[in-house]
Amino acid sequence: MNTPPEIHRDDLASKTGMWFFLFTEMLLFGGLFIVYSIYRFRNGEAFHQAAQELNVAIGTINTIILLISSTTIAMSITAIQKKDKRLALLLLCVTIFLGLAFLVNKYFEWGEHIKEHIYPGSAILALRGQGDVLFYGLYFFMTGLHALHIIIGLVFIAVITVKIYRDKINPENYILLENSGLYWHLVDLIWIFLFPLFYLIT
Amino acid sequence: MENEKNHIIPYRTLLYILVLLITLTLTSVAITQIYLGTLTVMLALLIAAIKSSFVLRYFMHLKFENKMFSFAVIAVALLLAVVIIITFLDYLYR
Repeated sequence: MNTPPEIHRDDLASKTGMWFFLFTEMLLFGGLFIVYSIYRFRNGEAFHQAAQELNVAIGTINTIILLISSTTIAMSITAIQKKDKRLALLLLCVTIFLGLAFLVNKYFEWGEHIKEHIYPGSAILALRGQGDVLFYGLYFFMTGLHALHIIIGLVFIAVITVKIYRDKINPENYILLENSGLYWHLVDLIWIFLFPLFYLIT
Repeated sequence: MENEKNHIIPYRTLLYILVLLITLTLTSVAITQIYLGTLTVMLALLIAAIKSSFVLRYFMHLKFENKMFSFAVIAVALLLAVVIIITFLDYLYR
């Protein structure tokens, strides 16, 4: 029997790379938050009126969905560390399910707005004035970019789930699972700020 | 090898954090339903900051990680804060 050659692995470096990528994401959304706050500062009344039209209930449910999904992926790391492969797989499937539920809610939420002709470039929205155009432009762009991150995160987690199933990720080597978790938590982190800024502060 | 033994966070701790995060979310929803003017904005953002610190420390393992990661996150947060302050100074006093 010949043993496979040892492949060099550096988990700390992998994690550092992931964090650096996350920093660029933070600055990307950070820039958008600055744009939002400046426009809000200059169009206070219009933003105040427009924000009241958002559905706080759906926003709150989606926040809780994301928080639970963050917990389940964090638990899946604990599960793999404790060599419980079945539980890790189950928790990742729950995470994917919750991510999809978030997107379904988002679909209905956006659908409601679009039915009322509120979307970027809409002539009816333009009649309501510059402030409303800016608010909904930012709303669709920022929640849309966030939803895109959710989709990417879900694909990432799905790949990880298959890798765990095939024992490519195992209790001795689970850095990929940790990195996918970091990405998912970042998506959660961004939503933690998006939610009060768009839904709560009216 | 550099791949040292990792810290295992118990399921129970993660569940406590989840309960705390949901409680904070509901608190911020309740607070913002009462109109307090600028204070509402401050409180909502303060709660968001507290929530993110729990996500960063426990879910993202910063508490148990090399301190280098925590410093880097703080540096990025400070950078953002400085840019926000400078941008607002520009708009307020131009």
